[in-house]
Amino acid sequence: MVRFRLLLSLLCAALLLGANPPSPGVHDDLIGGDTLPQSLSEYGFFLDRAATQPAPGVVPYRLNSPLFSDYAEKFRFAYVPQGKTVATDADGRLLFPVGSALIKSFGYRYEDQGMRLLETRVLLHRESGWVALPYVWNEDRSDAVLRRAGKRMDVNIVQPDGQAVAFSYAVPNQNQCKGCHALKGEITPIGPKLRNLDDGERLADWQQRGWFGDTVDAHEVMPDYADISEPVDYRARAYLDVNCGHCHNRAGPASNSGLYLTWEEADPVALGLYKRPVAAGRGSGGFEFAIEPGHPERSILINRMESTDPGVAMPELGRALVHGEGVDLIREWIAAMPGKAEAK
Amino acid sequence: MGERPIPQSARLYKHEELEPPMNRIIASLAASTMLLSAGSAMAANHVVTAGDDAQERLQEALIVAEPGDEVILEDGVFVLTDGLSLDVDNVTVRGAGPDKTVLSFKEQQGAGEGLLVTSDNVVLRDFAVEDTRGDGIKSKGADQIVYYNIRVEWTGGPKETNGAYGVYPVESENVLVDSVTVIGASDAGIYVGQSRNIIVRNSVARFNVAGIEIENSFNADVYGNSAIRNTGGILVFDLPNLPQQGGHNVRLFDNIIAENDTPNFAPAGNIVASVPMGTGVMVMANHDVEIFDNVFNDNASSNIMIIGYRRAYEDVNYNPMVRNVRISDNAHGKAGYDPQFDGGAMLAQAFGGTLPPIVWDGVGGEAAGMASSDNVPVLSLGLETSDQPVEQAQPGLASLSGDATPVLPVIVLPEAMEAAIR
Repeated sequence: MVRFRLLLSLLCAALLLGANPPSPGVHDDLIGGDTLPQSLSEYGFFLDRAATQPAPGVVPYRLNSPLFSDYAEKFRFAYVPQGKTVATDADGRLLFPVGSALIKSFGYRYEDQGMRLLETRVLLHRESGWVALPYVWNEDRSDAVLRRAGKRMDVNIVQPDGQAVAFSYAVPNQNQCKGCHALKGEITPIGPKLRNLDDGERLADWQQRGWFGDTVDAHEVMPDYADISEPVDYRARAYLDVNCGHCHNRAGPASNSGLYLTWEEADPVALGLYKRPVAAGRGSGGFEFAIEPGHPERSILINRMESTDPGVAMPELGRALVHGEGVDLIREWIAAMPGKAEAK
Repeated sequence: MGERPIPQSARLYKHEELEPPMNRIIASLAASTMLLSAGSAMAANHVVTAGDDAQERLQEALIVAEPGDEVILEDGVFVLTDGLSLDVDNVTVRGAGPDKTVLSFKEQQGAGEGLLVTSDNVVLRDFAVEDTRGDGIKSKGADQIVYYNIRVEWTGGPKETNGAYGVYPVESENVLVDSVTVIGASDAGIYVGQSRNIIVRNSVARFNVAGIEIENSFNADVYGNSAIRNTGGILVFDLPNLPQQGGHNVRLFDNIIAENDTPNFAPAGNIVASVPMGTGVMVMANHDVEIFDNVFNDNASSNIMIIGYRRAYEDVNYNPMVRNVRISDNAHGKAGYDPQFDGGAMLAQAFGGTLPPIVWDGVGGEAAGMASSDNVPVLSLGLETSDQPVEQAQPGLASLSGDATPVLPVIVLPEAMEAAIR
């Protein structure tokens, strides 16, 4: 078996050296190896150059509530090596086995040219831990190339509210990937949690693929924050969880703030209610509390969501535009909170 | 580290001199050579020059650096558009001097700080960071971090729109800040938060809201610094609702703390917005703080102010009261002649126009363990609780006659940290 795999990788190497198109199928050796493939096509995650047709074993998925990324459309794929299974931890976080990969492409759809991908981010689970790599798409859309230092691109889009905007889209550098994907200082996937994956069908499908054991752990289900049939409280907590909770949790990059915005957070002060800022600087906007119940207009959270000024804007990375729909939701949620008269 | 000779095999390359593919080939050849001859002596230098694409070239150097490597920033102004970050252990980032290598963030479009360090055993030295939109240099969870001969400055002078902190180590064990200058921070110039085992020395803080601030931290020596013309010179604070709280064991000595006369320009909501202009040292909600051998002069509110946390909070684990402060052998120039806190002017009138240079809220009375052997009077506000309104003060001169002799242990950092700057 070992010899066979060696032979296979030699064969792959020979193919690469010969500059032939990569053989179809996912290249497990590149996921698990210690090289940094220079182009996305090398992995074999997709059957086509445009990265729309996933190779066998590469499974597209959606999240109930996605992170806002400047209105980019995102295409997510998970790959688990044959015969391996995915465990879950107590928080419902998926623990993908070594050899797994998560792939996420970002793009905008234009009337004249269809979907235009800007970047594809790849998370590889290696023996040494997860590695996060950003790939930027060529002008001719033939492939995406590794850009460890990130890149800025001028982008024009029409927002859902009909407004046309021009802005500088930032592909994160490799360290900035970790800026969001860090838990206790280690890189970790942040999207795939049972509560955010469970749409009633997906988990059963993944179980059928053999990714889960006989049972899927009991878990809550997080709603789509845009689904207005759900209670505002649920929607707001889902929004904060996916947009803020990856940093603002007790083991995340914003642990020092004492502001924890995850779905499961139960302490009202940690969630921001009447919580004073610590290191907000001018992010405070002159306000006293992260959330002043009943008063979104005096809540630092809203001030930072509504800003695009680096040094004020939150999240710190990956957002150049204001997410009006998200701001409206959080505003509605805070406005409905009963305030206490004696506070201040 | 600082004296380590550059090995002959070091790969000295400048990114812009090579076409990218060639660059890559050479880098990977170098990498395989390194693997073959494995050994810690194989450290490499990554030389980065100012000029076009400084952002990507410098960031790439910070990513490809391996433990033991140095990233060398040449003389010049680096125009940067985004925050930089370093996440590799045991790397030195070295400039040509704080007036020669300047990282300018005037054009910054993203990130909460200029440079973020998240790895251990990092040495930052001999460069300047200017005009970041948020914090200057932040290191989080970065143990054995050394800031040496660094300047962080907002070049437009004190403004509310300046970033909050100049140098900002947080959640770290073993922090050394030496020969650092910070000018214009809208919160604290040198800020150490939620950390342990800290030395801040030989540094200069001017025109910041707080010159130097040690917050929610344990075991800090702050000495040989100049905190001049800030709103407040040196603050030792503790805040509720944070992962690490109960600040204690802080020694402030051999500092010059003078002319702190910059009007408070911190955005409201931040705790330092409550620091009165003209404060020398302010101790809040800490225990076991020693203030000795400092020179105080011309601080209009007070030279030393000791108060509890005065705001409402919900945190059963938090103690808002100051305990066990020992004050000795300080030189007190003029102070308290124009106190800028609530009720200060009236109080000053009651004391013949000038407040005593040491002011304490009086909370806890004798049990608070305050001791001063300085040859100046001490004003107690006679408050019962830390959050009591000043209007209810029962001011009077206090005799803090307990033993003021410093007893806290000297902070000792791992030898490699000291060696890195020798």
